[in-house]
Amino acid sequence: MDVKLINPFISATVEVLETMAFTKAEAGKPYLKKENVATGDVSGVIGLIGEKNASVSISFTEMCIVKIVSSMLGEEYDSLNDDIKDAVGELTNMISGQARKMLDEIGYKFDAAIPTVIVGKNHVISHASRGPMIAIPFNTADGSFTIEVCFDET
Amino acid sequence: MDLSMKILIVDDFATMRRIVKNILKQIGFSNIIEADDGSTALEILKSDKIDLVLCDWNMPKVSGLDMLKQMKADSELKDTPFLMITAEAQKQNIVEAVQAGVSNYIVKPFTADTISEKLKKVFGE
Repeated sequence: MDVKLINPFISATVEVLETMAFTKAEAGKPYLKKENVATGDVSGVIGLIGEKNASVSISFTEMCIVKIVSSMLGEEYDSLNDDIKDAVGELTNMISGQARKMLDEIGYKFDAAIPTVIVGKNHVISHASRGPMIAIPFNTADGSFTIEVCFDET
Repeated sequence: MDLSMKILIVDDFATMRRIVKNILKQIGFSNIIEADDGSTALEILKSDKIDLVLCDWNMPKVSGLDMLKQMKADSELKDTPFLMITAEAQKQNIVEAVQAGVSNYIVKPFTADTISEKLKKVFGE
């Protein structure tokens, strides 16, 4: 898969978390993910429609997302609840939007669907797109999360 | 800016409504109401005197852009300032919003300072 399609999602993730949640996230090495069990406890998934359709997810461990949302909303949370589920949807939406802006600048136009959020240990992420699933692990001071990007093969 | 103005925040995500509301309160506004979709927002606009709308684009039922177009077609609502706050940041989106008559455009993610600056521009300060 072309790295120029992946990099915007990494940059967008870092920028959204830093601006909206004052959280620094450091990207690890991308890898090809073979199984669809999520790496985290709560995931946001969004479909992208364009020349090549795509599906993107962001999957947070509970500790990580609880800290991120506490910082984002200025309120202390200690476990997953509806507020956190809603925030994961909005974070997914913002990361998708920012990445699509960067892709637009290099000639790829995508529209986005409304994100969905899945909660639970070992939940499954079903990407609508059929292509290699590239996973990028991230670390923050309060835990880890992973984004997955999957473009249809042409 | 008149800090007593009545502001309507429209977004399908409660998280974003809370973030925007917190920023508006920090600026000094207190008369703030919310709607979670464009259809509900239009009902509020027709029954209540709203001085400023801050609205998301990508929402179920009625999108922010469709809501703006409906407001511009309504003689009672066409002059109400409308600020789009959205993750839709591609050039074509901004062109469409400007053509529809948006007062200003804020791209998510944003800072409190960005909202404050855009509001000053909308109200000519």
